Amino acid sequence: MGQILITIGEWSIAFLVLFGAVLSVLSTFGLIRLPDVYLRSHAATKTATLGILCVLFAAFLYFILYEGHVSAKLLLGIVFVFITAPVASHLIDRSAYFSGVPMWEKSVQDDLKIAMNQGKHHEELHEPAE
Amino acid sequence: MNNGDVILQTSTKIILFIIITFSAYLFFAGHHNPGGGFIGGLMSASALVLLALAFDLKTVRKVIPVNYRVLTALGLLLAVLTGVGSFVFDVPFLSHTFGYFDLPLLGKTELATAVLFDLGVYLAVVGVTMTIILSIGEDT
Repeated sequence: MGQILITIGEWSIAFLVLFGAVLSVLSTFGLIRLPDVYLRSHAATKTATLGILCVLFAAFLYFILYEGHVSAKLLLGIVFVFITAPVASHLIDRSAYFSGVPMWEKSVQDDLKIAMNQGKHHEELHEPAE
Repeated sequence: MNNGDVILQTSTKIILFIIITFSAYLFFAGHHNPGGGFIGGLMSASALVLLALAFDLKTVRKVIPVNYRVLTALGLLLAVLTGVGSFVFDVPFLSHTFGYFDLPLLGKTELATAVLFDLGVYLAVVGVTMTIILSIGEDT
């Protein structure tokens, strides 16, 4: 029984590390191949985050199985990366948009521009003469 | 300066507690594991810097009304006093000791006077880092 559990643990650790590494490589290819900032950050954030989460969880499983040690630091790291990486990407994209970095020429939709124009219109209605 | 990014501010409010808890963990783990006053202090200071980035310096001053120069002085004073305290027991300067005590909630705990010295290092690091960053940041 214990032998089966150890084998399952070994295989899942190997799978998780490999999956995380492959996802990180894919995110690097996305970073090289995609045409503009927004698409690149889309590729880099999501894939790299999931890859890091997989590798961290594999390390967590390793410490439980082989050292008998529940590492709360790794769990905290998983939560931390899961919260911060998308926010960081959001901030980078936001500052790129507001400093006028152009979108890919084949992009078809820019809802933020419409929303910003409506917002300006709205403000002008409320505060007329300056 | 407060441009009101709701996503940044909300996630800062959550992340702040994780960072400060981890810095406290690093501070207390320093005796037996990697960590200590220096890195704990730097991490606390980085939590305060994150707060200043997400909101602004005026808000940080209002929420945490600490004079960081006084904090630095307090840390240095604490570090020197732990050294001077060893004269009371007629041993050389900065001699440290430790003992095991039965605390009510924690059970058998090792308490060392080196933690007091480390607390001084912690306060000095937080004070110096925040003084540097705040005085560079507010050039009004």
